[in-house]
Amino acid sequence: MSTSHATVHHDHHDGHHAHHEDHHHEPGFWRKYVFSTDHKMISKQFLITAVFMGIVAMMLSIFFRLQLAWPGKSFPFLEYFLGKWAPGGVLDPNMYLALVTIHGTIMVFFVLTGGLSGTFSNLLIPLQIGARDMASGFLNMLSFWFFLVSSLLMFYSLFLETGPASAGWTIYPPLSALEEAIPGSGIGMTMWLVSMALFVVGSLLGSLNYIVTVVNLRTKGMTMTRLPLTIWAFLVTAILGVLSFPVLFSAVLLLIFDRSFGTSFYLSDIYISGQALEQTGGSPILFQHLFWFLGHPEVYIVLLPALGITSEVIATMSRKPIFGYRAMIGSILAIGFLSFIVWGHHMFITGMNPFLGSVFVFTTLLIAIPSAVKAFNYITTLWKGNAVFSPAMLFAVGLVSTFVTGGVTGIILADSALDINVHDTYFVVAHFHIVMGASAIFGMFCGVYHWFPRLYGRMMNNKLGYIHFWFTFVGVFGVFFPMHFVGLAGAPRRYYAYDAFPMFDSLKDINVVITSFAIMSALAQGIFLFNFFYSMFRGKKASQNPWRSNTLEWSAPVEHLHGNWPGALPEVHRWPYDYSKPDKEEDFVPQTVPLAAGEEAH
Amino acid sequence: MTYFIILIIGLGIYAFAQLANVVQLSSSLKGAPEEEVTDKDNRFNARMMMGMLIFILGFFVWQIKEYSHTILPESASEHGVEIDTLWDFNMWIVILVFVVVNMVLFFFASKYYFKKGNRATFFAHSTKLELIWTIIPAIFLSVIIIYGLKVWTDITGPVESKNGVIIELYAKQFDWTARYAGKDNKLGATNYKLITDENPLALDKNDPASSDDILTKGEFHLPVGKEAYFSFRSRDVIHSAYMPHFRAQMNCVPGMETQFHFKPTITTAEMRKKLNNEKFDYVLLCNKICGASHFNMQMSIIVETEAEYKAWLAKQKEFASKDTPAAPAAPADTTKPKMALK
Repeated sequence: MSTSHATVHHDHHDGHHAHHEDHHHEPGFWRKYVFSTDHKMISKQFLITAVFMGIVAMMLSIFFRLQLAWPGKSFPFLEYFLGKWAPGGVLDPNMYLALVTIHGTIMVFFVLTGGLSGTFSNLLIPLQIGARDMASGFLNMLSFWFFLVSSLLMFYSLFLETGPASAGWTIYPPLSALEEAIPGSGIGMTMWLVSMALFVVGSLLGSLNYIVTVVNLRTKGMTMTRLPLTIWAFLVTAILGVLSFPVLFSAVLLLIFDRSFGTSFYLSDIYISGQALEQTGGSPILFQHLFWFLGHPEVYIVLLPALGITSEVIATMSRKPIFGYRAMIGSILAIGFLSFIVWGHHMFITGMNPFLGSVFVFTTLLIAIPSAVKAFNYITTLWKGNAVFSPAMLFAVGLVSTFVTGGVTGIILADSALDINVHDTYFVVAHFHIVMGASAIFGMFCGVYHWFPRLYGRMMNNKLGYIHFWFTFVGVFGVFFPMHFVGLAGAPRRYYAYDAFPMFDSLKDINVVITSFAIMSALAQGIFLFNFFYSMFRGKKASQNPWRSNTLEWSAPVEHLHGNWPGALPEVHRWPYDYSKPDKEEDFVPQTVPLAAGEEAH
Repeated sequence: MTYFIILIIGLGIYAFAQLANVVQLSSSLKGAPEEEVTDKDNRFNARMMMGMLIFILGFFVWQIKEYSHTILPESASEHGVEIDTLWDFNMWIVILVFVVVNMVLFFFASKYYFKKGNRATFFAHSTKLELIWTIIPAIFLSVIIIYGLKVWTDITGPVESKNGVIIELYAKQFDWTARYAGKDNKLGATNYKLITDENPLALDKNDPASSDDILTKGEFHLPVGKEAYFSFRSRDVIHSAYMPHFRAQMNCVPGMETQFHFKPTITTAEMRKKLNNEKFDYVLLCNKICGASHFNMQMSIIVETEAEYKAWLAKQKEFASKDTPAAPAAPADTTKPKMALK
């Protein structure tokens, strides 16, 4: 469709660049590793940043899990890390809230949005659609730099004198607007807001680029119905981001006004620290509407790329076409559309009109249908397959399990009458950690193991991958499943301790079990980190197409080169899922292979 | 318990020992031609899939056995019984789907692993199958939606006349105050600018309805079998009035008034007997993050017979009887947006 367009400045590639050093304009260190405009390098930059942020967020979660399992017990290493925020090794209640807040913020935005979309959209969009690079390499570089600066600001906010933002990752005002209400709402909150504003800018630059690239730069023969499901997922994710992140930006901007310039968008009739504030007429509910208008699509911004990645990996590794390719595209589109009209289910008991609540019950429960279609299609793809259990495949199967296990409790929470009693309890924490947190992070691990050879030209160690997977998988169930019971006991989330209420005395055991599993899973991530960095330098050299896959990225040379393919761009003749096609000798037929005489296209 | 922790930490250490082992192994094998994923790997992981299924289901059953006693007791309010029935109905569907889908998933994953010479079945789509698993969930969901919305409208639908106890819960960092409407059964007007130490709820003394209002802290009482109409206000940040034993919750939002109502059906004394716990008390918690002491913002709720309730209420001081200076005249706060939750 648009090959000529893309090749204009790359047609000096003539196929003789087998050796990297022959390349006559090899960019210098800064251009290559730092201010790179090459999508493969930017992808790696996103990944490394996300890995770093992920380690930080995971450590924070261990800190507060220790407090929850053994409240008031002294852990000297807490004091080592947190200093005055853990005097005598006991976590400070304000810091507890700060840890919870920053853990959530980093995981949702920096690891699972920036990290997941940023890494894999960048790596796979040009390679899988047969393009030389993103539509705009420069904007792509800017997108990463905004992301990096916002990550660093968020990280730096942990070291502020008055602590980082601590009003919960949803930063509901007035708590987030008033420094008098909680110390974290001082400079910590300002930094959170600035960081998120930059994050939104980066995310928009990235998303616009992804959309334009997918729409305009597909190679010859790559029709929309020949796109791998990964690309469909990234495309819809980018559209969701473009439509919803500006709304978060406006919510953040109005909050900045309320905090710094005395406006009253969200504030009304407040009396705090011995004085009545002037602000009147605003509504905290307005913020919640704006926040969740992003917040709910955000769930799918996190999930869809993971689902796209698993679709690709399950089909490839089962040596079987993905079942119901068009239904999978349809369900991605349906989920994307519905995600915009369900935000009110976060607000059933905020004082929103109950009739409006009813509407959101209806739209929310509808999402279960395309989600069920996806789950059943994955399972049917496994049926009578020939599954090769690479670590990526294990994580893909794990995702299907967590997606279903966490998804079904959504049926409870979407039912407004039932939400009354479990709203903001651990039941909710259990639900979204399994369905969104675990599934998305499994999708991310799946992608890293599967495309590591494309990223670094080497293989990751399988055995370590297996150990990592099984400990993580057991850990996810061990940590989050018991939380349902904590919620059913009526235990609210974001509580520093439960000993003020005799009714929660029976939860002590459960909290110890949860924390123990959390520590085990955290240690298991050490195995991954070791494998990741070790393999980057010392791993076995990857072959051209180690997973015997059909998609275009495996037709490019292992050595990265600017422009991806030496010589002409590959041409596409078939859909990406011709695995184990009858009458073919091999159990895979790459997209570049023309249809044989009389062969039926899918 | 301790054994359990030791077991888990032991597993963690085992993981690292394995790590060291494998690294050694892999370096000794370096250079040797090796398939990326061996037959042995596939067999091992296929078996682990079955093991995982057993773990998930076993762990689920174990938790039900071990943790059932932590779950909230039967509902102590009329609408709560309806919620609990709806809950059970949904939960059976949820558990059924959770068990069946996981079983099929792990069963397929453990059965159809790579074997040399085998070939996967080329099965790309089937309109019939796809229709079946679109329509069946759609039918189940329609039932869930209709049933759920019926219960929701019953609980939050419009209230024609407030025939019962009228009470306000007032939240601030970090405690609760309850305000009863008093003899006239009307809550007096408020204006947040009137807050003083003597007038913590900002009652407008020029409103005659406020003079007989009764304020209590620490605990509040409700008569059994009588509808209690709550309204909620907050002084500073958002709080949430959560009364889990009554299946009741509503946010308290500064600048507006929210509402909820329920009818208690079991007195505190009866519940203590049922639970065989002399110290049991119904409790009001804060369930929206509100600051450092969010975790300790509570009030006891005493449900008793109407006679006991009336006797208790008669002993409480009326607002105007307090020795407080008159406030400057201020207009009643009519600009406040009132969310009609009833």
